[in-house]
Amino acid sequence: MRIVVDRERCSGIGICESLDPEHFEIDDNGALVLVSETADDGDDTVMKAVRACPAVALSVVSE
Amino acid sequence: MTTNSGHPKADDSPFGCPEARRLVVVGASLAGLRAVEAARRSGYQGRITLIGDEMHLPYDRPPLSKSFLAGGDPTALATEQRLLHDLRVDLRLGKRAIGLRPGEGVVVGGEVVPYDRLLIATGSAPRDVGEWAAHPAVHSLRTLDDAHHVRTVLDRVGRGGRVVVVGGGFIGSEVACVALDAGASVTVLEGASVPLVRAVGGVVGAALAGLHGRHGVELRCGVRVIGVRSDDRATQVLLADGDFVPADLVVVGVGAVPATQWLVGSGVDLDPIDSAVVCDEYLRTSLPGVYAAGDVANWPNPVFGARMRLENWTNAAEQGARAVLNALRPASRQAYGTVPYFWSDWYGHRIQFVGTADADSVAFVSGGPDEDRFVALFERAGHLVGAATLNEPGKIMKLRRMVATEDGWDAAVSLCARSSREPVT
Ligand SMILES: Cc1cc2nc3c(=O)[nH]c(=O)nc-3n(C[C@H](O)[C@H](O)[C@H](O)COP(=O)(O)OP(=O)(O)OC[C@H]3O[C@@H](n4cnc5c(N)ncnc54)[C@H](O)[C@@H]3O)c2cc1C
Ligand code: SF4
Repeated sequence: MRIVVDRERCSGIGICESLDPEHFEIDDNGALVLVSETADDGDDTVMKAVRACPAVALSVVSE
Repeated sequence: MTTNSGHPKADDSPFGCPEARRLVVVGASLAGLRAVEAARRSGYQGRITLIGDEMHLPYDRPPLSKSFLAGGDPTALATEQRLLHDLRVDLRLGKRAIGLRPGEGVVVGGEVVPYDRLLIATGSAPRDVGEWAAHPAVHSLRTLDDAHHVRTVLDRVGRGGRVVVVGGGFIGSEVACVALDAGASVTVLEGASVPLVRAVGGVVGAALAGLHGRHGVELRCGVRVIGVRSDDRATQVLLADGDFVPADLVVVGVGAVPATQWLVGSGVDLDPIDSAVVCDEYLRTSLPGVYAAGDVANWPNPVFGARMRLENWTNAAEQGARAVLNALRPASRQAYGTVPYFWSDWYGHRIQFVGTADADSVAFVSGGPDEDRFVALFERAGHLVGAATLNEPGKIMKLRRMVATEDGWDAAVSLCARSSREPVT
């Protein structure tokens, strides 16, 4: 699956990085960088991060 | 007090039920909602009743003193469709729990809602400041309705208006920022000699306080408000030293207390000092089948070996989920531990904090207290226990992972040394 970020919504708070640093990282300007855009379908750690985003900025699409 | 024994307690199977069939969650906000979501995700098929005294569907609180106050839309945490259909929740909004009868149910109006497992997630409510809080010019900021009122007045007094914020904590400071942006002249009145001491310690508290002055908000520390009076022309905030401050709008943000009035006399252990619900490491209260999570809960955080009550977003979300999983699946329960994390936005600057400010010493390892960008590390007994950053969003989550680890201090220092040599954009 592929991780999709809604840039309009993301406020760079970084909850996603705290749960899954292998896919999400906040850069020095506060912008979210996807370390890796893809993950195994239903990857538990990725899904945890997606669900935890307070701004509802993250989603996944299957490929 | 609750016992912290590692043995399964009798509450693992209350009322002889092998499996819980009736989960009741009181408090329809972040912790409560995350609990409901986690319950369904875990495969729980039984009934879920979610009781909340606000009329609104669950919404996000942090924006209330930030983007919403500045004119943005409220952020919903869940739609009605999701709650009723996807999560199959028996949703009771606008209903206040007024009592708890152990083993029998939660008292809501004239009804008693029975439970096998109960989650207390009633959060916290603004601290009472005394009679002057009832003055029509005075507002607190906790709920969407509160924020609507403050925003309406702010729109009216707007440019050139005089806004007085009582309490120099995070919420008060955020209100001051939005009011300044709206063109008001703003004064913050803080009772202590330095704001935010409990949250971030005196050193970082003083550094953050400096932001107000640098942006044109007057911060007066060590002052006590004793009243608010108005005649037909003006409103004034009265101080204990005899001084007064003119105001068109007064916003009070002097902290919040656990919303546990409804539990008094129920048998649930409440903390003698702040009335928080006392939990064990599995978030169990002193009553069988009854758990608590979010702003309302005091529990022993194994990461720091200390009891804590946290009032931040991340904790409410994580704790709500953990508590309900422990409640529904006691056999696979896990102790809840966390490195606290919160953020606040002032004057376009992002403040972030991880860990605890309960430390032996504080060191600025990048930037300094008078700068618009810094990293301050908190050390206790040679270990990294916390970190505060201003405009260092790229570091905070890395620091969060280092807090309370064996070599956390060295790792944190080298993270900051490495990047302070990089050009600042
Ligand atoms: C203005 C503001 C800004 C904030 N900004 C930040 C921030 O930037 N970062 C951060 O980390 N945290 C922030 N917070 C804190 C964060 O919002 C809280 O920690 C979080 O909302 C706690 O969630 P909760 O579910 O435990 O409690 P709450 O969100 O307080 O929800 C409890 C719910 O229970 C209801 N309730 C209470 N008593 C009863 C009863 N007897 N019967 C039925 N319902 C009842 C309440 O009305 C409420 O809806 C902010 C809070 C506020 C108020
Ligand atoms: S948690 Fe959400 S808002 Fe925060 S950085 Fe990640 S995607 Fe952005």
